[in-house]
Amino acid sequence: MGLKMIVMVKQVPDTHNITGEAMKADGTVNRARLPAIINPEDLNALEEAIRIKERIGGHITAITMGPQKAVQVLKECLYRGADDVILISDRKFAGADTLATAYTLKFAVDKIGSFDLILCGRQAIDGDTAQVGPQVAEKLGINQITSLLEVVEIDEEEITAKHAITDGYELVKSKMPLLLTVTSEANEPRSPSAKLVMAYKNIDQEVNGDSYEEAYMQADDSSLIDRITEWNADSIGVDSTICGLQGSPTKVKKIENVVLAVNDIQQIPATEAGITDLMHELMDDHII
Amino acid sequence: MSDKKQVMVFIEQSEKKIGAVSLELICEAGRLAKKLSAEVVGVALGYGIGEELAALGHYGCKTVYYVEDERLSHFTSNPYAKSVVSIIRKQQPEIVLFGATTTGRDMAPRIASALKCGLTADCTELQIGEYKSKGELFENAFLQMRPAFGGNIMATIVSPESFPSMATVRPGVMQLDTPDASRTAEVLVEESDLSDEDFLTEVIEVVRREKTVNLSVAQIIVAAGAGAADPETLALVRKLAVTIGAELAASRPLVDAGLLSHDHQVGQTGTTVRPNLYIACGISGQIQHRAGMVESQRIIAINSDPDAPIFRIAHYGIVGDLNAVIPKMIAAYKEKA
Ligand SMILES: Cc1cc2nc3c(=O)[nH]c(=O)nc-3n(C[C@H](O)[C@H](O)[C@H](O)COP(=O)(O)OP(=O)(O)OC[C@H]3O[C@@H](n4cnc5c(N)ncnc54)[C@H](O)[C@@H]3O)c2cc1C
Repeated sequence: MGLKMIVMVKQVPDTHNITGEAMKADGTVNRARLPAIINPEDLNALEEAIRIKERIGGHITAITMGPQKAVQVLKECLYRGADDVILISDRKFAGADTLATAYTLKFAVDKIGSFDLILCGRQAIDGDTAQVGPQVAEKLGINQITSLLEVVEIDEEEITAKHAITDGYELVKSKMPLLLTVTSEANEPRSPSAKLVMAYKNIDQEVNGDSYEEAYMQADDSSLIDRITEWNADSIGVDSTICGLQGSPTKVKKIENVVLAVNDIQQIPATEAGITDLMHELMDDHII
Repeated sequence: MSDKKQVMVFIEQSEKKIGAVSLELICEAGRLAKKLSAEVVGVALGYGIGEELAALGHYGCKTVYYVEDERLSHFTSNPYAKSVVSIIRKQQPEIVLFGATTTGRDMAPRIASALKCGLTADCTELQIGEYKSKGELFENAFLQMRPAFGGNIMATIVSPESFPSMATVRPGVMQLDTPDASRTAEVLVEESDLSDEDFLTEVIEVVRREKTVNLSVAQIIVAAGAGAADPETLALVRKLAVTIGAELAASRPLVDAGLLSHDHQVGQTGTTVRPNLYIACGISGQIQHRAGMVESQRIIAINSDPDAPIFRIAHYGIVGDLNAVIPKMIAAYKEKA
C-alpha cells in the first residue's frame, strides 16, 4: 500500500545564476530573460518523496499551479519518478499572492482526495517567502513540519524527523496526514532517469509523433497523457474571489531595482603613509 | 478589544529567554505606532515567563497578552498558531509583526491563512505611508519593504484592506532603542483555549549549537572573502582582527569551503550586522553579502580590483593586495597602541 504523497512544485526564474545575458546596462536584472527552472528545493521535496516510496512504498503525485509552460516542471518530476502529475492552470490564478495560491492548491488537493503526506520545498527562490507550504497545511487543517533536514523513521502512521531551528535542530514526531517543507540539506536530488526520459519520449511519439506539449494538449488515451492531468478553476471548484489577484490581500506597491548608491568614498593610497594615517585616524576617533 | 489602535509583536521565547528579535520588533513597532497614534502590545505564549514579559516595557511595550500554559513552553506549529489567532481575533490589532526566524516563518503563514490576511515575509524596512489604488487613498498604509528575486529587487508590499496586516522581519535589521528600566509592561494572562488534540507535534529532542561567534552585537568586524582563502592570507586577516579587537567574519565562499563556521557568515543567508566598523578584506561585494553589512557605520574595503562593487558602498577604499596592505595596518596600529 504505502503512502499517498503529493509533491507541490513551482516553476521559477533562475535568480541564482544571473548571467550577463539577463543583466541590463544599468546593472539591474532583466527578469524576463532569466531561464525558467523547477524551484531547487522542490527537487529536494520530490527526492524525499521518492526515497520514502523506495523505503516503504507509495504513490507520488506532483502538482503545480502556473501557466501552461509550467508543464515543463511536471515533466521534470515524471523523469525523476513521480507517478502522475497535475497542472493547475487558469487565467484566474494570475497575480496570486501566497494566500490565494494556498487556497487554489488546497482545492486541488481536495480534488485529488485522500493523502498521507504533502511535500514541498521550504521556499521558492523568486520570492523566498516560505509561506505557501504552511498556508496549505492550515487550509487543509493538518500538521506541518517545516525546514526538514532528515526523515529519521517513517511508517504509514507516523514520521520522526529532524528539522532546522535557528540555532540548531529538533527531533520531532507527528502522525499523518502531514505537510513537510524540505530544505536543500535534506538530500541530494537525483538527475532525471535516462530510462524514464526515453520511456516518456517513446510514448509521446506513439501518440501522434508530435511535440510533447502538443501531445499533452490533445490526446487523452495514452499512458503519458494518463499521467498528466490539467485542471482549471472550475474543475477544482475554486471561487474566483479567493484565487488570483482578487483573492490576494497583499499588493505590490512598488518594485525598485537595486542599484548601488555610490558612496562618497575616500580613497586611501595603499602606501605605508596612507594606511598609517587611516589607522591612526580611526584610533584617534576611538573607533578601534 | 482595546479602544486604542494596536501594533502587536509576537514575543518569541525559548527556554524562558526572550528572543533578541522580539526586542528589536518592539522598538520598530513603537516607531510605527507613533505615526498611527497606536500603542505597542505583545502576544506571548509559554509558562513562567511573567517577569521577563513585564521587562518588555523597557523597550516601549505597553501590554502583553500572555497565554500561560505549560504545554506551550516549547514551540510547535499548530497550538502556537491557534493561540495567536485567538488573541488577534480578540484584540484586533492593525499590524502584527513576527521575527523572520524559523519559529516566525513557521507560524505566521498559518496564522495569516486562518485570518485570511496579508503577510509579507522577511521585511527589511517598514513604514507608514500613503497608498493609492483605483482612486482610493489609504493615508496610513503599512508599507512593507523586502528584497526579492535573490536580492536584485526591493519590493514594497501593502495589504490595505487586510485586518490585520502582518509581516515577518529579519533579525538584526531593526534598530534597538536604549532600554528605559523605569517602564514596565502590563502582563494580562489569557485563558488557553487549547485541547490536547491541538498538540500534533511531539518534540523529542532539541539540539542547539553553541554559537562560535555572535556577530550581531560586534562593534568591530574584520571580514574575510574569497580573496583571503589561502591559509597565509586568512591568517593575516585573523591577525588583524585579533590586533584591533575585532570579531572575524566571512563571506559565503569561505564558509562553504569549511574554513570558518556558518556563524561567521555575513549576508542574506548569514547574519545581518551593523557594527561601528566593518573591514572587508578580499570581498567583491555581491548583493547577497552587502545585504548583511551595508548598514555598517563605517566600511573599509581592501580589494585588488578597483572596480569591485564593494567600493561603491565603502567609506574608505584601499586598492591593493591584502598581503601587502594588512601588515601595514597591523604595524600602524601597534605603533600607536
Ligand atoms: C541565495 C544566495 C544566498 C547567498 N548568501 C550569501 C551570504 O549570506 N553571504 C555571502 O557573503 N554570500 C552569499 N551568497 C554568495 C554571493 O553571491 C557571492 O558569491 C559571495 O558573496 C562572494 O564572496 P566573495 O566576495 O568573498 O568572493 P568573490 O566574489 O570571489 O570575490 C573575491 C574578491 O577578492 C578580491 N581579491 C582576490 N585576491 C585578492 C588579494 N590578494 N588581495 C585583495 N583582494 C583580492 C577579488 O578582486 C574579488 O573582488 C549567496 C548567494 C546566493 C545565490
